[in-house]
Amino acid sequence: MINQTIAVYRREMLILKRRFKRQVAGQAILPLLYLVTFGYAMGGELRFDDISYLEFLLPGLVAMSSMTQAFAIATDINVARFYWHIFDEFQAAPISNASYVAGEVMAGITRAIISIFIILGLGLLFGVQLHYGPIFWLAILLNSFLFASLAVALAMVVKSHADQSLLTSFVITPMAFLGGTFFPVDRLPGWLQNILGLLPLTHASTAIRGAALGKDVNVMSLILLTITGIILFWVAFFCVNKARD
Amino acid sequence: MISIKNLKKAYGTNNALTGINLTVPAGELFAYLGPNGAGKSTTIRILTGLTKMTDGQASLGGFDIETEAIAAKRQFGVVHQYVNLDQELTVFENLDIHGQLFGMSKDMRKAKIEELLAYIEMADRADTLIKELSGGLKRRVTIARALLHEPSILFLDEPTVGLDAAIRRRIWALIKKIQQQGTTIFLTTHHIEEAEFLAHRVAFLDEGRIVALDSPARLMAGVGTWAIDQLKDSGMETRYFKDREQAAAFQAEDGFTLRRVNLEDAFLSLTGKKVQA
Repeated sequence: MINQTIAVYRREMLILKRRFKRQVAGQAILPLLYLVTFGYAMGGELRFDDISYLEFLLPGLVAMSSMTQAFAIATDINVARFYWHIFDEFQAAPISNASYVAGEVMAGITRAIISIFIILGLGLLFGVQLHYGPIFWLAILLNSFLFASLAVALAMVVKSHADQSLLTSFVITPMAFLGGTFFPVDRLPGWLQNILGLLPLTHASTAIRGAALGKDVNVMSLILLTITGIILFWVAFFCVNKARD
Repeated sequence: MISIKNLKKAYGTNNALTGINLTVPAGELFAYLGPNGAGKSTTIRILTGLTKMTDGQASLGGFDIETEAIAAKRQFGVVHQYVNLDQELTVFENLDIHGQLFGMSKDMRKAKIEELLAYIEMADRADTLIKELSGGLKRRVTIARALLHEPSILFLDEPTVGLDAAIRRRIWALIKKIQQQGTTIFLTTHHIEEAEFLAHRVAFLDEGRIVALDSPARLMAGVGTWAIDQLKDSGMETRYFKDREQAAAFQAEDGFTLRRVNLEDAFLSLTGKKVQA
């Protein structure tokens, strides 16, 4: 099983290697724009709890990118499934659903980790240096595991590229803006905080920001990310059979 | 061996397969002939695990495709009618990933890939990106990939579709060679000559059911040996004859063409339709 999981993962990594320069440029452009626009130009004088807005924003962008880049594996799976029909190769091979899902989820996590290094590099350029200890990386790992699992599950049940695009628009984009990336969720009315507290990204951005700023991290957020990630991995496992006609 | 019992597939109210019964013994080159939409690809997709059957049972090399799916999948290689290779990977990388999916060791994969690339006369193309290959070469790579894990059964779904006549003949020679080494081949095609040239037995498939199953020679003999075509205002009219003299005598009239009976004639006489529309 491990050998086959590695085969699925290695295929994604070989493709990533071929596209590496394009991939890095693509992953850098949006965080760079957010840092320039929201962090540098608009939020230059803004401070939250004695930290500059750039220091507040950077961990939020880390959380957001670990989500979007891990979730982006769904697009790659869909292109392989609907356009190149490479998914047929996996379906006809003697591999378990768990091997396939694990390989793709690992690929999603790798993409997310690459994007984090890019953001941290951009942060250095803007003069932002935070604490990047084990809890910071654990929260990123859990967040990218969760969203890569969600990506595989959804990629198995959608029927076209258009469906995939709609899911990104209705699930990922709102979460990216409302999950504590750009502003502190505790400044919102209580009822809205309760709703946003249901979003995994809210917990991820809170945990990542807490760790990056050297504050206490709410262990419950990490537990919630872990449990949700495991549940979504199992959902993805069962959804692989749904991809058969 | 391939065994199929009462295989059915419905998409909503549309019955793609209405109860296929079939046994293909080990080592046979079996052709599944029918027009587009007859259910050829659906059968292969079900047997290779890409599509769920609605009802029935099938086994490959003695392993049930539903209850022993992993073991059944080790029995076959498949070449689809579309090229499903990773375009951004090299020939070697595509084959290597496939071998790893089938649990082959690194050394075994390397040795087998070198052997197969020599076999398909592409030893010098191992490091070429798939997107840089012609259609015929891509098809050869898909055949090599299907053979990499040494399957006992090879499914070929329209393996020469979209290829020109010269390349098609090279692929046919390759298929013959593979069968002669003991591999069971299940071939779908709507090319009459392909089935005639390659197959030991042919099943005629029409609207999701098998309407005839026999050797090409026997299927054709059921119609006659010689055919006379005459182009009329209402279309082509064909008459069949048991011997050449009878046909030649008839041909004496102007506007008639004498030819040997082919599988198209046999299919037409059974279904009233042409295989190659």
